[in-house]
Amino acid sequence: MGKKVALTGNEAAAHAIRQINPDVVAAFPITPSTPIPQNVAQFIADGEMDTELVTVESEHSAMSACVGAAAAGGRVMTATSANGYALMWEILYIASGSRLPIVMAVAARALSAPLNIHGDHSDIMGGRDTGWIQLIAENSQETYDNLIQAIKIAENKDVMTPALGAFDGFNISHAIEIWELEDDNKVKEFVGEYTPLYPLLNTKEPVTHGAWAPPDWYFEHKMNQLEGLLNAKDVVVKVGKEFGSAFGREYGLYEAYKMDDAEYVIVAMGSVCGTTKDVVDSLRENGVKAGLLKIRLFRPFPYKELADALSSAKAVAVLDRVSPAGAQGGALFTEIRSALYDANSRPPVINYTYGLGGRDTQPQHINSVYDKLKTIAETGKVDKQFDCLNLRGTWG
Amino acid sequence: MALLNELAKKKEGLVNGHRLCPGCTHSVIMRQVLAAADTDKYDIVVAAATGCFEVSSGLYPYTSWNIPWIHNAFENAASTISGVEAMYRLWKKKGRTDKDVRFIALASDGGTYDIGLQALSGAIERGHRFLYICNDNNAYQNTGNQRSSATPFGASTTTSPNGTVLQGKSQPKKDIMSVLEGHHMQYLAQASPSNWRDLMNKVKKALDVDGPTYLNVIEPCTTGWGFPQNKSIEIAQLAVDTCVWPLYEIEEGKVKINYKPKNKLPVEEYLKPQKRFAHLFKKGNEHLIEEFQKQTDRHWEWLLKREESGVSY
Amino acid sequence: MSEKLLNWDEVLIGGAIKDPGNSKSYETGSWRVERPVWNPESCIQCMFCWVYCPDSSILVDENGKMSGIDYDHCKGCGICVEQCPTKPKSLAMLLEADAKGKSEEDLRKEVFSK
Repeated sequence: MGKKVALTGNEAAAHAIRQINPDVVAAFPITPSTPIPQNVAQFIADGEMDTELVTVESEHSAMSACVGAAAAGGRVMTATSANGYALMWEILYIASGSRLPIVMAVAARALSAPLNIHGDHSDIMGGRDTGWIQLIAENSQETYDNLIQAIKIAENKDVMTPALGAFDGFNISHAIEIWELEDDNKVKEFVGEYTPLYPLLNTKEPVTHGAWAPPDWYFEHKMNQLEGLLNAKDVVVKVGKEFGSAFGREYGLYEAYKMDDAEYVIVAMGSVCGTTKDVVDSLRENGVKAGLLKIRLFRPFPYKELADALSSAKAVAVLDRVSPAGAQGGALFTEIRSALYDANSRPPVINYTYGLGGRDTQPQHINSVYDKLKTIAETGKVDKQFDCLNLRGTWG
Repeated sequence: MALLNELAKKKEGLVNGHRLCPGCTHSVIMRQVLAAADTDKYDIVVAAATGCFEVSSGLYPYTSWNIPWIHNAFENAASTISGVEAMYRLWKKKGRTDKDVRFIALASDGGTYDIGLQALSGAIERGHRFLYICNDNNAYQNTGNQRSSATPFGASTTTSPNGTVLQGKSQPKKDIMSVLEGHHMQYLAQASPSNWRDLMNKVKKALDVDGPTYLNVIEPCTTGWGFPQNKSIEIAQLAVDTCVWPLYEIEEGKVKINYKPKNKLPVEEYLKPQKRFAHLFKKGNEHLIEEFQKQTDRHWEWLLKREESGVSY
Repeated sequence: MSEKLLNWDEVLIGGAIKDPGNSKSYETGSWRVERPVWNPESCIQCMFCWVYCPDSSILVDENGKMSGIDYDHCKGCGICVEQCPTKPKSLAMLLEADAKGKSEEDLRKEVFSK
């Protein structure tokens, strides 16, 4: 049986790693994910896991060593944030292109400049096209649950693609919440044993990893890789169900919170969803048909399922915890708007950037979004497609 | 060391059909390395950095490797092999294998002296058991002979060209052996494919060390350096005989020079056959050759003093 | 040399190659402008040609002795000739164009009887 614990999101990630007990962890400390390798090192020092910990000299080397260890035939995990994730960037593509099912915990954080160590999604959204599966957690429980599931998803033979489990820096990584820590053996049983495809260490059958592919081969390899990533969608659902049977918490591609008849809908991901749920509850008490569509799987992006989930919406606001950086809107906004293009009903969609560099997003800010959606639905007019929440000064 | 006839009977770990330039010494060095390795006793796994050798020997759907081989990126051969070796240690710890496997990371000077230096330093400091081999061809040859910190003084490269105002690279070559020696590793050595017996001895010795070891090998490049393709080994030999490329090893801090030329040749003998140094022989540039000789002598004499002193850690 | 080009759903995932040493089927001998010709009569079996060959193109018999040249892969760099220590040399370079249509025996005679 699981037990209730009061621990941080980083500790949730570290406990997931301890229970998975991967063959190799190669990691480098960076705020706010530092406590993960620290905890792992302590678990090893205390004999609670027997993973080989490679205390690399940079995140670039962390991901490089992960690729080496995974190609050697290992189950491999790591953790990082922000600039560390950015430093890994080159090798993230190599991990996914080489089809190595590495699993990484990311305490999502703002990217410099200016230097800022607090939460937002600049890192994971910047790396959204690195070919990794991206699962995003709302809280510590999901952080823990997602990492355990990520192992099974990534290692599925039809997938064989690395996966990251992200959770908001500080909001989740450093906040103590009560969550359920499952039994060690039950988790081990759930993730099972990993059988690598072509391990380098099988010296009897020498394999070449990482050959370069000229123009008459590269394209085929990349599409072969894409199929693995796309296959992850069904596997996420399947593993989410299995997890539900094993531990009582079932997961899907997204969470539809009071969405059945929702007319005013916020689409968001990460810790802001907790605040939004509270706001939805109080609006519902007042008879407002508010709902939240919480994204769990960002890559591969389940555009069709999400468009279906938005079928009752009269107006939609997408919250992005990242700057649009010159695009029409944030990363999630452009995905959602594109997903709705083929839908039967095409509600107006607006976009907010919020929470950059750890800026608070409070119920009043979320309330203002629902107010806006109500006005749009009533008037049918969108005066401002993009705006910011809790920014000093008026944008646009 | 076994006779060459004995070594020639072994199955080769690197086969032909690779696309290296005719006369390239990358494969010569690797063939000597793998011939020296005691593969009856242990298996070898190689991690290669991006570079000429990597693109020529692992070109999908072909591989020239008969042994497990991985290429990851340019700057991370050392961190890649760290991961592979960590996995092996885990297998050993858990009794999942009784095989003896040894690890080689392979890069050129770009991936070693420059972009890969941090990863190499980290991997050595962590004490992974691997032999890191740098095939030093004195520039970024895979992208077309751009200068590196291993490019010697005076050499004309595409980013340190000889022109009307500047005469090739103005800085001396980085002494990577001294940089790495600061890690206090048990064994590091410098070798040349021209002196194959010496190179093979060093490989054997290095692979038997239970920790990180390093081998710096001169890798004459016919296209980058500008000499006929049949002269590669001769050029390597001239580098050794002029003491531009001394053959020595550092074992627990103690320097041993493995070859002292009876007749130390002037550096001109080494410089003259190579196009990259042609401008040094123009009238008015005599001082550049003098400077080259001075740098060479300074290093050689320092090595001799180190050896004479007999100091170790 | 034509390789079979596979479709995207036929390639091995991750771009791995499970056919060690398959580059042997790629014949670099076609690059050659000049070819080394070997004279077994003056050869002292020092094997320097073997240890210095960049293309593993010195053929070796079961006793570890030099037994010829792999012209399918020899790129004709000529290092073997340069490094051959016998006097006169037991290896010599010959233009490919001049070797066309001639047997190895004839070529040896042509090169080494001079």
